Amino acid sequence: MKWFSALVMVLLLALMLYATSDLPDHADPQAPANTYVSPTYIENSVKDTHTPNVVTAILADYRGYDTLGETVVIFAAGLACALVLMKKAGEKEDR
Amino acid sequence: MIRQRYQSIIIQSICSLLIPFIQLFAIYVILHGHYGPGGGFQGGVLLAVSVLLQRLYLGKEVAYQKFPPKLALALGAVGMLIFGLAGIVPMAFGGSFLDYAYLPLPGVSGAELRYLGILIVELGIGLAVFGTLVLIFDNFIGGRW
Amino acid sequence: MVELFIARYVYLMIVVLLIIGLYGMLGKRNLLKKLIGMNIFQTAIFLFFIEGATKAGGSVPVIDQQLGMAAAQYVNPLPHVLILTGIVVGLALTGVALAFILVIYRAYNTLDDKAIMKEMSK
Repeated sequence: MKWFSALVMVLLLALMLYATSDLPDHADPQAPANTYVSPTYIENSVKDTHTPNVVTAILADYRGYDTLGETVVIFAAGLACALVLMKKAGEKEDR
Repeated sequence: MIRQRYQSIIIQSICSLLIPFIQLFAIYVILHGHYGPGGGFQGGVLLAVSVLLQRLYLGKEVAYQKFPPKLALALGAVGMLIFGLAGIVPMAFGGSFLDYAYLPLPGVSGAELRYLGILIVELGIGLAVFGTLVLIFDNFIGGRW
Repeated sequence: MVELFIARYVYLMIVVLLIIGLYGMLGKRNLLKKLIGMNIFQTAIFLFFIEGATKAGGSVPVIDQQLGMAAAQYVNPLPHVLILTGIVVGLALTGVALAFILVIYRAYNTLDDKAIMKEMSK
């Protein structure tokens, strides 16, 4: 069983190495991810929000909806921890 | 399980000396997020770390009196509320959801208002992350609170 | 061949890290080791996004008056934002997973997945 999963991993490694041949080169300024939407953010963040840090401007302003959902996720995770681990009224202390 | 405080005087004095500086740095990281690396998430984690260090070196009984676990839950909920209000209040004043340019703050407008809106949202995120991390830690320690 | 390696060597390391994490999730039987494997897997994906954000000659994405406003001067800020939120979600995910592992250990007194499955089917 262990050998089988190791074999699957090696095959997957070969498949992924083959797939990386389609990815852009290291630090390529003309890569699709670097030319589509991010220049707009860099050029407009100071004008729109007076915030030099582009990461903060995107995080809280341009994509605030995303951040709101993500904060809800971590708060829900904290509540889930509390609900799973909280002691009931009759249970004794220290597990 | 944390049963009692450590008896070593070195640990106690170093921790009690370190905690105010960690908290100061956390507040700096939250407020400096506009101009450098930082923001609500990182600053919230640093604030939570200061409280967790206090929990570790003081022991459960004393530390729960200094910072009760229910306060952490309440602060996390307040952070979420700040973020939600920053989204909903602009809707009442004619903007769309999370459009900080319509926040009803007097004296500022346009880009300056969005700057302040980002600051409010970062404070909300910081409080929410802080409360959540302390809440998770307290539940792993166990015990009734 | 050597040029291709120099252009793509970061992807090679990321893929190796991804495979290590996936092997930890699938091949190991201890639940805690599965969780560690999941964290390694996450780290590989974070590195993949950050690697996609780099530009040759790009500075940190904080607008500096001396560098000007041109987009070619700064690295792509968008993957940094996505990974910033992704790291915090990963932290919350680890917390919830540890809580479930703690509950499972209290119920079955073991972390071995085969033993837990045998106990559950009884």
